[in-house]
Amino acid sequence: MAEKLLAIHGLHAAVEGKEILKGLDLEINKGEVHVIMGPNGSGKSTLVNLIMGHPKYEITAGSIAFEGEDITALKTYERARNGIFLSFQNPEEIPGITVEHLLRTAKNAITGENVKIMAFKKELKQAMETLKIDNTYASRHVNVGFSGGEKKRNEILQMMMLNPQLAMLDETDSGLDIDAVRIVSSGVKHFKNEQNAILIITHNTKILEQLDVDYVHILMNGKILQTGDASLISQINENGFLHLGGETPDSGEVNMLHG
Amino acid sequence: MDKKKTVVEEIDRGLYDIKNKDRYRYKASKGLTSQIVLAISKEKNDPEWMRDFRLRSLEIYNQMPLPTWGPSLHELDMDDIVTYVRPDTEMKGKWQEVPEDIKDTFERLGIPQAERESLAGVGAQYDSEVVYHSVKEELVKQGVVYTDMESALREYEPMIQEYFMKLVTPNDHKFVALHGAVWSGGSFVYVPPGVHVDIPLQSYFRLNSPGAGQFEHTLIIVDKGAKLHFIEGCSAPKYNVTNLHAGCVELYIKEDASLRYSTIENWSRNMLNLNTKRALVEKNGSIEWVSGSFGSKISMLYPRSILKGEGARAEFNGVTFAAGGQVLDTGAAVIHAAPYTSSNINSRSISKGGGVAVYRGAVKVAPNAHHCKSLVSCESLMLDDLSRSDTLPVIDIQNDEVDIGHEAKIGRISEEAIFYLMSRGISEQEAKAMIVRGFAEPIAKELPLEYAVEMNNLINIELEGTIG
Ligand SMILES: Nc1ncnc2c1ncn2[C@@H]1O[C@H](COP(=O)(O)OP(=O)(O)O)[C@@H](O)[C@H]1O
Ligand SMILES: [Mg+2]
Repeated sequence: MAEKLLAIHGLHAAVEGKEILKGLDLEINKGEVHVIMGPNGSGKSTLVNLIMGHPKYEITAGSIAFEGEDITALKTYERARNGIFLSFQNPEEIPGITVEHLLRTAKNAITGENVKIMAFKKELKQAMETLKIDNTYASRHVNVGFSGGEKKRNEILQMMMLNPQLAMLDETDSGLDIDAVRIVSSGVKHFKNEQNAILIITHNTKILEQLDVDYVHILMNGKILQTGDASLISQINENGFLHLGGETPDSGEVNMLHG
Repeated sequence: MDKKKTVVEEIDRGLYDIKNKDRYRYKASKGLTSQIVLAISKEKNDPEWMRDFRLRSLEIYNQMPLPTWGPSLHELDMDDIVTYVRPDTEMKGKWQEVPEDIKDTFERLGIPQAERESLAGVGAQYDSEVVYHSVKEELVKQGVVYTDMESALREYEPMIQEYFMKLVTPNDHKFVALHGAVWSGGSFVYVPPGVHVDIPLQSYFRLNSPGAGQFEHTLIIVDKGAKLHFIEGCSAPKYNVTNLHAGCVELYIKEDASLRYSTIENWSRNMLNLNTKRALVEKNGSIEWVSGSFGSKISMLYPRSILKGEGARAEFNGVTFAAGGQVLDTGAAVIHAAPYTSSNINSRSISKGGGVAVYRGAVKVAPNAHHCKSLVSCESLMLDDLSRSDTLPVIDIQNDEVDIGHEAKIGRISEEAIFYLMSRGISEQEAKAMIVRGFAEPIAKELPLEYAVEMNNLINIELEGTIG
């Protein structure tokens, strides 16, 4: 029987007083790959930020449990230390702090011990090779002057180095060219094993080609409107979200303009 | 964490206690008189011209008003100025008598024992003396002079007479006039033509002279084609009993010579730091200032570079960290007085807990100074809503053929960046410290390694116990 990693029940959440999630349920077991799709503004980023504990997003009802423990009262860094990781849709720039320094500090914090420098450097070099990131990026400042694609690859580099149990990828493939998507995808494949799980937010199928997707969820109207297997992706790609009966926030706005 | 913060705060309290004791002792004397100045001069065995210079400076001091701009200096009791001037006998105490909390701070900063003792203002007959002598021997072979100002006045009198307070004159402002009257201690360096001094000279070797570190005078002459890096090491909270610092630094950089002058100031939190620093740069020479200002209650510090010869260059890299109760008014000034001169000013200031960090700078271009270049960049980071930052740049250009750039940025610490780092398992406090260290990195990287480490430690100490 699969071990439960993440369990979200009846989640209601708001940003700046505006309710975004309205009773969302989601369960992820170890070894699984989940995909979340949904129109722009439907709350996909909100969901993963909530799981990570972003202070701006407020839970008004429901629960988030990780490995059987309610984590809603935990600080972001405690969640990270428990094994949750977020690859950001828009990664932050941190001037003056190098990629290597960030990774070492993060790794020390997560493992609770000082990493061995030589072993760390070797691991970093290998991960960078897998992701075809130039060696010099280790000593560059985090995301400063990085192209969109480089920022996303840097996120995956961090995922590989920190080796979380649950990796959430928020549109990591958006804005990447085909080659870059393939590289990122192979990094994700490299990372994936039976003990961890991945939650991928995407609009495309390219990033999923090398992965065995277990579940696809459609996030609309503040809930998971539909869950299916990988075949749901091509349905969406052909017919869009509207035929599912939900209203996208964007279509709502359009209607208002015309009404 | 809170405990560590207490350590830092207790230093202030200890210093206040000692200061109050002093006040009591000297209660009877008011104002600075020629008798007092003559007594200082006599004690120092000044030559006649220096004695007269002190008296002239005193006259100017007595006539001059306090500055009408900048932070308020109302707590400075000018009637009681003599309290600040009297050399203090308690300074000659023993390391064992330095309060435990100050010793702890040195410990936490990882400063070596010998240096700690001299930084604490304890008469240092210790290792630092030995180090100093060995450094000196090496330099003597190359003809370099490195000594304290009092000895220099005896051994190199003509040179001192030619340069002393000619660049910063007693007429400049009230506190340099005061300095001229009562200066004591400091360093003198002369580097002969063409000599490249490979190791940085560090002034803390000389902090053992009585009364040094308060009205100390630093005079450096780097002769044609020579090269020097001088580090002014006020690198830890000083165990100082009085609370006015009015030092003076004069730097003469001759043709093709270069000088890098690095400072980390971390005066105790009751100190009014009114320091005057100036460099005169001849043809194709260069001055590089690296400056970290952390301590003091009020600082007014604006190193000025006068680019006198064609092709002369000035660079300033400074970081200022103002915590609660501090007003740090710092910056840099450059005077382009010749064609083809260039300057680059890069300032970073951080304020937290109600601290005030002001960048005050000036770039002036003389009418004849065509083809000069100047780039000023100042950035401020406020860690909370209580703190304040200002940038007050003055640009005065009297020549059209110039290339002048100025950029200023004032911002708050980014919640998104803190969240990003926390999502990597890094605690909130460490995340903030990393962002602040990263912000100061362009300056830190200009410092010698051990000072960069020390600066990062200072940032960590400043941030400890205040977040949560
Ligand atoms: N920090 C924020 N402040 C205000 N509104 C926000 C914020 N983050 C998200 N929102 C709003 O919440 C809704 C969901 O956004 P988001 O979760 O980013 O959608 P998605 O990732 O599905 O495109 C949108 O209407 C968006 O404008
Ligand atoms: Mg999104």
